[in-house]
Amino acid sequence: MSVLLSAENVSKFYGTRAGCRDVSFELWPGEVLAIVGESGSGKTTLLRCLSGHLPASSGKVRYTMRDGRNVALDEMSEAERRLLMRTDWGFVHQDARDGLRMGVSAGANVGERMMAVGERHYGHIRATATDWLKRVEIPEDRIDDSPWSYSGGMRQRLQIARNLVTSPRLVFMDEPTGGLDVSVQARLLDLIRGLVKRLDLAAIVVTHDLAVARLLSSRMMVMQQGQVIEQGLTDQILEDPQAPYTQLLVSSVLQV
Amino acid sequence: MNAPAYNFAYLNEQTKRMIRRAILKAIAVPGYQVPFASREMPMPYGWGTGGVQVTAAVLTPEDTLKVIDQGADDTTNAVSIRKFFVKTAGVATTERTEEASVIQTRHRIPEARLTEDQILVFQVPIPEPLRFLEPRETETRTMHALEEYGVMHVKLYEDIAQYGEIATTYAYPAKVADRYVFDPSPIPKFDNPKLDDCPALQLFGAGREKRIYAVPPYTKVKSLDFEDHPFEVQSWDEPCALCGSRDSFLDEIVMDDQGTRMFVCSDTDFCAGKRGDR
Repeated sequence: MSVLLSAENVSKFYGTRAGCRDVSFELWPGEVLAIVGESGSGKTTLLRCLSGHLPASSGKVRYTMRDGRNVALDEMSEAERRLLMRTDWGFVHQDARDGLRMGVSAGANVGERMMAVGERHYGHIRATATDWLKRVEIPEDRIDDSPWSYSGGMRQRLQIARNLVTSPRLVFMDEPTGGLDVSVQARLLDLIRGLVKRLDLAAIVVTHDLAVARLLSSRMMVMQQGQVIEQGLTDQILEDPQAPYTQLLVSSVLQV
Repeated sequence: MNAPAYNFAYLNEQTKRMIRRAILKAIAVPGYQVPFASREMPMPYGWGTGGVQVTAAVLTPEDTLKVIDQGADDTTNAVSIRKFFVKTAGVATTERTEEASVIQTRHRIPEARLTEDQILVFQVPIPEPLRFLEPRETETRTMHALEEYGVMHVKLYEDIAQYGEIATTYAYPAKVADRYVFDPSPIPKFDNPKLDDCPALQLFGAGREKRIYAVPPYTKVKSLDFEDHPFEVQSWDEPCALCGSRDSFLDEIVMDDQGTRMFVCSDTDFCAGKRGDR
């Protein structure tokens, strides 16, 4: 087994301000990494650099392709990168409207990636879409409804189904539970945890919610002002935070 | 025809050369939308300014021109464009498909099989087939370059999911020479099979959008579809009420306010020929 994704001193500068600075880590297949930190700490910038949406100012992001080649993102051709994004990778946005095609039905949303990689059999597409809606607990009879008629939680689950239909190996999630009420959050987290486990997915989850990190991830990184100030096993960091900021973060969680 | 007040076919020679270069490029890369410096024409956008410029660039004094609009030679758009070229180029005109060397058309392909000696010029309102799925022009160009045409099928999927069949009936997207997906202008999908392997040169001009594209003679044009929902053309239960044709595209005409309807050929020249009426 080899490293799936690695970052070497990834920095992103907006003018002279640093979005994120000198971030290095390795992600192994099947591993879930959480990136936590307050807003403005550079989590999302880092995620966008890692997923190829934003070119890094310096540093390298490397990815091991299905055929075993280890390629740097900025050395890939655009065609290769775009193919990667719609087959081997998934991206779950905080706002489902950014990740969904809102103008077409749920079934078409799930089927889009299949059609993008050349599936041309309506029956197969439909059957797979139905299957995936079931797996994310969306009633089968809602398949032809527009995502506009879906609740926030359903949209988020639809977005996940849409991403997982091509069996990616790595999923990026940007605050997947943001903006949902707690009971819906709990169900969604349960679902994601189950899927990640069953499909042996690797994931990078950006969140400001330590509970999300605790439930989903095996490892976590804490960011502050663009820099990683602490990283390690999730339980270890949450039980015994070393950096002052992490201590603050952990102690800020409300206990009910 | 008085002493010519215009250069032959209205446009000046430099402009025609520019358009011809775009046409040559379009023929070299079938289905690719070539940008060109579209001129203001003495007619409003939407009336065929793109088609008129292409026609002006390919027209020679020896040509015989036919202009149709929705298949008919006698509709406003066809009559004005025909008059325009009579006035500015002094070319011969005809209503007979087989006699014409250049045919400018809006929304139809003539029923008669075209020949190698003919050029068919289409008026195109929106050349970009991906426009309604992806509004960013930079993005659609990248999609064409990388052959990312999955979203075209999303639209067809949506049709089947909502209507049980592919409900797109005009401007039906097709793939040219196994490479570019293109919009064959708002012709009914009934005409799509005629695009394929056609002996005539087919040129498409979009004036407002400043694009020219082409389907060279004998080029493969395949309409997009699903394996289990293959491409099909419209059919009618009754024949043309005037000529009795069963294999032409029919227009529905409302006869009175009692709900009486009549189906007649949209291609007036074809219909007249069938009736022996010309």
